Amino acid sequence: MELVEQQALINELKNDLLPQKFGIRGKIWTFLLLIIIAVGLYAYYLQLRDGLVVTGMGDYVSWGIYISNFVFLVAVSLVGSLITAVLYLVNVKWRAPLTRIAEVIAVAAIMFAGLIIIVDMGRPERMFNLFIYGRVQSPILWDVMVVMTYMTISLLLLYFPLLPGMAYCRDHMTDIPKWQHKMYKILALRWRGTKAQFDKVHKAIRILAVMIIPVALSIHTVTSWLFATTFRAGWDSTNFGPYFVSGAFMVGAAAVIAGMYVFSKAYKNYDKYITKDHFDKMGKLLVMLSLVYLYFNINEYIVPAYKMKGMEAVHLKELVFGHYAGMFWFAQIGGMILPLILLLFKKMRTPGPIFIIALIVIVAAWVKRFLIVIPTMLHPFIPMQEVQEKWMHYSPTWQEIAIMSASLAGTLLVMTIFVRFFPILSIWEIAEERGVDMEKLNQSIDEK
Amino acid sequence: MKEEKNLPQKNSGRRNFLKLGLLAGGATIAGVGLNAIAGNNKPEGEKVKVLTTDGKLVEVDSNSIVDVHHSCGMNSVSNEEARKGIPGKKFVMVLDLSRCKNARKCVSACQKMHYLPEDKYWLKVIRMQESEKTAPYWMPKPCFHCDHPPCVKVCPVDATFKREDGIVLIDNERCVGCRFCMAACPYSARSFNWDEPEMPIDIAKREYSPETSLPRKKGTVEKCDFCPDMLRDGQLPDCVTACPNGVFYFGNIYEDAVTNGDETVKFSTLLKDKAGYRYLEDLGTQPSVYYLPPASRLFPFEELKSETESESKE
Repeated sequence: MELVEQQALINELKNDLLPQKFGIRGKIWTFLLLIIIAVGLYAYYLQLRDGLVVTGMGDYVSWGIYISNFVFLVAVSLVGSLITAVLYLVNVKWRAPLTRIAEVIAVAAIMFAGLIIIVDMGRPERMFNLFIYGRVQSPILWDVMVVMTYMTISLLLLYFPLLPGMAYCRDHMTDIPKWQHKMYKILALRWRGTKAQFDKVHKAIRILAVMIIPVALSIHTVTSWLFATTFRAGWDSTNFGPYFVSGAFMVGAAAVIAGMYVFSKAYKNYDKYITKDHFDKMGKLLVMLSLVYLYFNINEYIVPAYKMKGMEAVHLKELVFGHYAGMFWFAQIGGMILPLILLLFKKMRTPGPIFIIALIVIVAAWVKRFLIVIPTMLHPFIPMQEVQEKWMHYSPTWQEIAIMSASLAGTLLVMTIFVRFFPILSIWEIAEERGVDMEKLNQSIDEK
Repeated sequence: MKEEKNLPQKNSGRRNFLKLGLLAGGATIAGVGLNAIAGNNKPEGEKVKVLTTDGKLVEVDSNSIVDVHHSCGMNSVSNEEARKGIPGKKFVMVLDLSRCKNARKCVSACQKMHYLPEDKYWLKVIRMQESEKTAPYWMPKPCFHCDHPPCVKVCPVDATFKREDGIVLIDNERCVGCRFCMAACPYSARSFNWDEPEMPIDIAKREYSPETSLPRKKGTVEKCDFCPDMLRDGQLPDCVTACPNGVFYFGNIYEDAVTNGDETVKFSTLLKDKAGYRYLEDLGTQPSVYYLPPASRLFPFEELKSETESESKE
């Protein structure tokens, strides 16, 4: 490609992809999220005032939807490493417009995963005991360490590739308030697009991409160990690590598909970059991920079902035929069988249908986390007796649902704010994918 | 010493245990002598002889004698001592299921001792039935104070800990309320303060000690603690003394002796003669609580009259 053509492409990309002010739909959406968060904050105030008694939890079901939501959010955040790191290292070119979507989802989800854990604590004000008295023998401490490491690496993996984008915002967005310009100026770290700078960013991405893979595997494996290190029926499983990780990749990929769809619909010209081809490829990826997840599900359920050992048998029956059967079959069919079969057809891998399928996968994944956490707690080894009637079951209260919803709304709000102020599609990475030599191009500008 | 009046026949067993405790425990027991006398209700103004901690016999006015039962707030061990345990001891409990008829005196004594509301239990009596054809029986279930406690293993802040004397305690001033220990305990021994626990004002205002587990604290985990404050005083836990049928044997495994208040027996012989076992041994948690099987029962098994609340879910 000629330098002139390259320059034209860059200009077109800037025109299309630099952040824009929200229209009425964007404003309503943000407002709705803020309302959900406000209700959640009020509910959390009630919880702080009265204690966890405002939740539906009890001495048997001592972990409820806060914890299942934590597992869900950690799972979603894992996609950052899949798209930005795994696909990067195996040199998949079409990932360029998806990386930032994936990384924003990762950062937003992991932030609120951390917050929801604090919400679940009976004594949040003693949180720092984890650092003062922390015991390395406890899986919770491992979780704290890997979550924080993952969050840091994810933030860097979001930030470094964003540097050129910030510079574009700084240099090309004129009709913006002063503070916004100042923000770009600070965040762009004097980016000028020199060869040395691009070299550094490329190198940083490469290092981080390698680093984040073991950390990502650890974060969800350790999360699974919060359960698998106990004796409880349904948790006492050596399969839990890969079972959680494969499920996480699946729901994360679905979240990226949903994000792709929303952004390509919300902004004019975005469908030039998030093409039908991208949906098709993500659809195929989701089929592969469903297959892997299905494999670990078979291991997780069929092996104990073959043995039908004591409480495991009670637990399985309750899931498959009993009280939780509806949710169980929805999670299994909607969460892996349905996408697995439907997405084999090319027609289903087009934007509309795959968006619906992705949403079903996401909801099913949430339900699945509920089923991993709660039913087990209702199947203790020693029969549940001498217990208040309400503690023999679990149904979340409105406060719990409000707080949990607020954490999801918060995740979406972080993404929304990001889209408002930063290019959600990486301009320079798309340009590189299309054959622009960024270093050379900038050099030529410098020489002029 | 409040139960003594009701159960005078238990005095000999109690005294034996006291002596054992004194011999092994050293001179930590400031209140025993005074305490025993306070229970005798001497008339006012009379001089009584008491033994001081350094072994001197002295005479004091009975008016000046104050009951130092732990619930008056006399437990003053430091947090460090409370975490270490009572030196030279390792406590063990044996529950004779053949004697239990679900009289529930242990349960109410426990609730009274720890200021628990009626619907909160640290000690439960569970209706057990292993399978359809096997006989049902009642199983008192305290915390098992495991030697390999899964709860202690998972605690992120060392709020629940295993002491040298075998007791697993919780420091409610450190507990962050993550409830991992509750998930990890295979015996559902732990409960949580979901709201602000209700207690008499003088109890709520006391200085906290992990040995009394008082005052109970909102947002933290609690459970049966084997009444270590009583043990420090050379007394038996309240559930042991409250049981009218001698189900609970308690003692120090280093002395190989356990007592249920009525009789003091050799721990190893008791387990040998009555085929003692531990519940869910295959989990490898090594409980400090042993059971004697419900064979040759003292009472026929009777179902509870109102089964609504204690219906087992299987």
